[in-house]
Amino acid sequence: MNEFAASPIVIEVIYLVASALFILSLKWMSSPTTARHGVWAGELGMVLAIAGTLLHEGIVDYKWIAIALVLGSIIGVPLGRVQMTAVPQRTALSHAFGALCVTLVGTAEFYLRSPNITRFMMAVLSMEVILGSLTFTGSLMAAGKLQEILPQRPLTYKGQNFVNFLLLGIALVIGIYLVLHPEARQLYPFMLAIALGFGVLLVIPIGGADMPTVISLLNAYAGLSAAAMGFVLNNKLLIVAGALDGSSGLILSVIMSKAMNRSFTNVLFGAFGQVQASAAAGQEAQQVHSATAEEAAAILSAANKVVVVPGYGMAVAQAQHKVRELYDALNKKGVDVRFAIHPVAGRMPGHMNVLLAEADVPYDRLMDMDDINGDFPQTDVALVIGANDVTNPAARNDASSPIYGMPILDVDKARTVMVIKRGMSPGFAGIDNPLYYLDNTLMLFGDAKAFVGNIVRELTGAGGHG
Amino acid sequence: MNSSILINSLFIFMLAGFIGFEVIRRVSPLLHTPLMSLTNALDAIAVVGAIVLVGEHKSTLSAVLGTIAVIAATSNIVGGFMITDRMLKMFKSSRPASRP
Repeated sequence: MNEFAASPIVIEVIYLVASALFILSLKWMSSPTTARHGVWAGELGMVLAIAGTLLHEGIVDYKWIAIALVLGSIIGVPLGRVQMTAVPQRTALSHAFGALCVTLVGTAEFYLRSPNITRFMMAVLSMEVILGSLTFTGSLMAAGKLQEILPQRPLTYKGQNFVNFLLLGIALVIGIYLVLHPEARQLYPFMLAIALGFGVLLVIPIGGADMPTVISLLNAYAGLSAAAMGFVLNNKLLIVAGALDGSSGLILSVIMSKAMNRSFTNVLFGAFGQVQASAAAGQEAQQVHSATAEEAAAILSAANKVVVVPGYGMAVAQAQHKVRELYDALNKKGVDVRFAIHPVAGRMPGHMNVLLAEADVPYDRLMDMDDINGDFPQTDVALVIGANDVTNPAARNDASSPIYGMPILDVDKARTVMVIKRGMSPGFAGIDNPLYYLDNTLMLFGDAKAFVGNIVRELTGAGGHG
Repeated sequence: MNSSILINSLFIFMLAGFIGFEVIRRVSPLLHTPLMSLTNALDAIAVVGAIVLVGEHKSTLSAVLGTIAVIAATSNIVGGFMITDRMLKMFKSSRPASRP
């Protein structure tokens, strides 16, 4: 008992207010005009919840709480200040931290309570720990791949799915055994270790192009494990926050996998990379038309409507600021410029929007796939910067293509298509893109940032020596 | 845990799940990245469970694990809210008079 203790009912009321603030926070995220209020509501809810928790009657020692809060803040500040291009790996890393917290608390609760633990409680606790630990290692792997510490290519081997399912199965069996025999404490570390290993193996075969789905799915797991923790601790605020986070991750995963015309199981167990490599091998060399920056600038300035299609390549080349200069230069010439954003462009949901917003492109110029696809036939120039598979017409008309059926941006319907690309090598997924061989397609070979810079120089006439 | 507490918890989970679904369905795809960093920060509310573990100090193990958990969750809270706000500040419309 400590002198700051408040009655449990006061803490419950504080948690109730915090839950309402969390829901409001997400509600205000629906529009860019109110979204910042959402952050403030979330922050207020969080501060209230932490303050309320510090009044908990069982707390006898504040020293380590204070030290941990300060240390966490010191680590958190640099994570809040990363470059916008590093946001996908930062997000994966924070899924890992969230899952780590849940796993550690679950583990501590197990050792405090077992063997006097009800079956239901043990079942939820097993779920919490299995989900938490596989999310922890899986997210670390995803962050490593995104940061390019680990190879981005999918790593596959024979019998991979069998091994994965076997491991998950063993972890679940141990979990069930612990539900029936909670006194078998010596088994707990095995469950933990196997779930941690499963998380690593789950993400190893997943390639960079599938990251948007995987990050969303890990987000959902992190939320569900936090909700399970809420059941274990009988903490309603945690259940609410976990359910909100879980449904958010789930909705994003569904949107992402629909945008790739694939199911979750296909993303997680599909070994996509291999299929595509064999498909690319069958293509023979075809003629492409290429153009210089000068020619591209002339065509762009003669256009009325231009649609820019950015992809991961724009992020890699850090070309977003040059793209904004192009937008300004064309705007000045009276050209209507909009941006077509495919849901899975980049490495996480909404990646391209954030990069372009960072470069000061107004958000009402950023169009969703469904809103802009009907406009391509009336578009004079579609300028593709670092995007590949999301513009591949084979997804529409070649039933043998591995991406057949995936919704794409119909850039090939524009009067002229310009594609900025380093060379003719196939993109990440290894699929050849028939778009490049069309008569109305001009290939602009070069680094995205440098090439867009050259076009801007031609358009503005600055620094052009002939 | 007795069964009425369990049922209460399940009701809360079910309702919050539906609210989450309805609210998040309405979030514009424009804001999916900040949405993810915001839900991540909110999810770090798990810190409250960890704080109690540290404060109660029932065993050395629970205090040590709890301390690491508080550090991990706090870094998500601080970093998550900061980066979400930074991202949202960047989203500007062309409609106000500031731009033609």
